[in-house]
Amino acid sequence: MMKRDECFRILARHITDEAVVATYSSAVDWVEVSPRPLNYLSIGAMGLDSSHGLGLALGRPDRRVVVLQGDGSLLMNLGSLVTIGAAAPKNLVHFVAHNDTYEANGGHPIPNPKVDFANIARASGYAATYDFSDLRMFEQQVAHVLEQEGPVFATLHVEPSKPLHYDYVSLYDPEKRKAFKAAWLAR
Amino acid sequence: MEATASRANKGARKLDGGGIIAAIKASGIDYVLSVPDITTSAGLLAPIANDKTLRLIRVCKEDECIGIATGLAYGGKRALTLIQHTGFLDSINAIRGVAVEYKQPICMMIGLLQHDPEKAPKESPRYGVRIVEPILDDMGIAHHLISLDADVAQIKPAIDKAYAESHPVAFLIGRSPSVS
Repeated sequence: MMKRDECFRILARHITDEAVVATYSSAVDWVEVSPRPLNYLSIGAMGLDSSHGLGLALGRPDRRVVVLQGDGSLLMNLGSLVTIGAAAPKNLVHFVAHNDTYEANGGHPIPNPKVDFANIARASGYAATYDFSDLRMFEQQVAHVLEQEGPVFATLHVEPSKPLHYDYVSLYDPEKRKAFKAAWLAR
Repeated sequence: MEATASRANKGARKLDGGGIIAAIKASGIDYVLSVPDITTSAGLLAPIANDKTLRLIRVCKEDECIGIATGLAYGGKRALTLIQHTGFLDSINAIRGVAVEYKQPICMMIGLLQHDPEKAPKESPRYGVRIVEPILDDMGIAHHLISLDADVAQIKPAIDKAYAESHPVAFLIGRSPSVS
């Protein structure tokens, strides 16, 4: 089993000018690893991460978008896999951190930890899907995952993390949204 | 919020779908995001699906539209969310968080299911229709009732204003638009 922050440290080495949509526990870990203007953190309602990512990808087909979603969040918007599969943005890479829990809501289990997100994504029309539970394998393949023509989906099987500090005031700072917009439109 | 002056108009009481689509295009809308709504199905969604200049994204659930439209807006693209009032009610938390609290230009065209177009929505015998305008008022979202051809002129300035000032707006479709 992998740790989410370890996966993100590896991922961060490959991220350049992509928009990275990250929320809740994934956002806390990602921002610690890679604070940058192109982090998109304000999604407004749990589950909408993947939908924001689709909109970003459609709006700038010349740039790439990476979504870092939690399993509980994706379950709240599972239909977005079907929508993304049909819209088929080539520039979208969608990761889900599968730790079997609603970590930001008290660590309660998701309804069925055995849910196979990668299989659902594949059946929904994603161009490529992956399932990682070994950190070394993830490290070897992450560059390839990011370069694939999308939409690409990858499940990261991770442990529930250590207790996190959720600084929502900082994460949802309107100045961060302004900075994102400026950086996203800059090129 | 805004009274529709044309209520008192004794002229033709009809709503042409082609006129609404022309107004959507004139407003610079690039994407239409939709879950089918029976009020607007034949007069708006079907012709939009066949339109060469508007890109239709069919979504599974209405709140997806709120996220997609926001992402598009960050990239400088305009979107219209075309849904039924039941889907609006289902999406309240997304609209609250994204459109209202984050002040995003979410433009919604909402079909009032089984609404009698000769009545004001607040006077509808249908509870679901009756509560739409009060909810929009409570959320501070500008809204416009589109029931007659004369109402269609409100669409472009309201969408332009929403994008210029970065706030949401709703158009309530009170009558099934005719097929042009």
